Amino acid sequence: MTAKDWTQNNPLYLDYQATTPTDPRVVEAMAPYWNEKFGNPHSRNHHFGWEAEDGVEIARAQVADIIGASPKEVIFTSGATESNNLAIKGVAKFYGDQRNHIITCVTEHKCVLESCRALQQDGFDVTYLHVQENGLIDLDVLKAAMTEKTLLVSIMAVNNEIGVIQPLKEIGEICRANKTFFHTDAAQAVGKIPLDVDEMKIDMMSISGHKIYGPMGIGAMYIRRKPRVRLVPLIHGGGQERNMRSGTLPTPLVVGLGKACELAQKEMAAEAERLHGYSQKMYEGLKERIPEIFLNGDEESRIPGNLNISFAYVEGEGLMMGIKDLAVSSGSACTSASLEPSYVLRALGVEEELAHTSLRLGLGRFTTEDDIDYAIERISKEVNRLRELSPLWDMAQAGIDIKSIKWAEH
Amino acid sequence: MSYSKELIDHYENPRNVGSMEDSDSTVGSGLVGAPACGDVMKLQIKVSAEGIIEDAKFKTFGCGSAIASSSLVTEWVKGKTIEEAGEIKNTDIAEELALPPVKIHCSILAEDAIKAAIQDYKGKVADADKKQDAAE
Repeated sequence: MTAKDWTQNNPLYLDYQATTPTDPRVVEAMAPYWNEKFGNPHSRNHHFGWEAEDGVEIARAQVADIIGASPKEVIFTSGATESNNLAIKGVAKFYGDQRNHIITCVTEHKCVLESCRALQQDGFDVTYLHVQENGLIDLDVLKAAMTEKTLLVSIMAVNNEIGVIQPLKEIGEICRANKTFFHTDAAQAVGKIPLDVDEMKIDMMSISGHKIYGPMGIGAMYIRRKPRVRLVPLIHGGGQERNMRSGTLPTPLVVGLGKACELAQKEMAAEAERLHGYSQKMYEGLKERIPEIFLNGDEESRIPGNLNISFAYVEGEGLMMGIKDLAVSSGSACTSASLEPSYVLRALGVEEELAHTSLRLGLGRFTTEDDIDYAIERISKEVNRLRELSPLWDMAQAGIDIKSIKWAEH
Repeated sequence: MSYSKELIDHYENPRNVGSMEDSDSTVGSGLVGAPACGDVMKLQIKVSAEGIIEDAKFKTFGCGSAIASSSLVTEWVKGKTIEEAGEIKNTDIAEELALPPVKIHCSILAEDAIKAAIQDYKGKVADADKKQDAAE
């Protein structure tokens, strides 16, 4: 089946923040490592081990390169979830008797929030910073939260739901001045925006393979050597990855992640420019055809491939059912059987009724201009159809403030 | 999660969408749910002097299951007496549309909407009777 047939027979993929297809060039780079260069990269005594090790070390350099690090500062993990767990818990366990305060933010990914919760059980103090209406943290609030006991600040580079970019360099400076480690979950940022661990004074960074057109099941973590960050491993064993993460490295996946970083670094500038044009076109096109839509998250400080939009008076999950030929994600978490809307949108102060009307539209490397045109037509047609069905739209048209009605919350 | 043919049909071709004049004394209106919960249903019935539901209309803000549940009940109540309509159970709605367990609340809301519309109609009738008594 050709790529063209595939796109004709499948829904249009607009969920690049959930995952990305593995780039064919990445698949090609991985291929020999399944059954030709299949050695254990930790086998030091023969050719098979050496050639697998060469593959791993090239990949390590490719990962290091895209974030301005040294290869010696990069270890491989199973993904960003593991990297986030290792960074937060590993540092906390190593330094916990000296400093026991951690600062993070309410819009972080669940794996960061849950790692912090777990540490609270162990007696750590955790401050969960609120965000401003644009989704960004307030640097003065961060400064005010810092104490001499603050061991770690963990703030994500780019938010997975709303795509906003946090002020990393400024956060890094505040942390360094307080001798506090700065960890950033950069799963959604690597390959999308320029990152430099020295310039941004980042001490630890989490990286994911499948968010950057690499394979699933692989990630990496950057750990600064000067000044050195030490941590207690989560996984004990043969002492691979400089004793920080035992277990045999999956060479094909590691090679894939390296190749994905190499491609991202080469193509980032052109890709970002193209996607910026597409997302602008999409947002303008939707605004033109649908009144009363709202972009969630800062308009400027955001990655080009993300639009999170509230389509007032139309419920997100109901809308998704109408645009089955578009693979998008609902801002509301209704599908998970809970009636709670997205905690990220709520943290921005988006009211619950609007949070229920949100869609996340994710554009990426294989999105075309035709896709954008098609999505604009489909979404605007369906939103306008569902508004005709919506009692809330009726009320709004009649000038009734829906907040003035006494609703029976169920 | 895949939805039943019936559910998708009601979602794509909803029956009896619209509104009736609330000031009409033969119209009963029910508005249930809450925007903050992601579901709001408005269901209206027009009742004949004999107590038969002659027409029904709905508008719904919600997921596909909520839209389908309310569309279905407008079909079901038409031609029924208000007593019969009041006996429609959420389990019947859930069964007809093969709602998945996480969507059962949509059928409960639809049942509540019928009950609320009947209640509203009965209230209007009682008010009218009172007024008539007072006039006599």
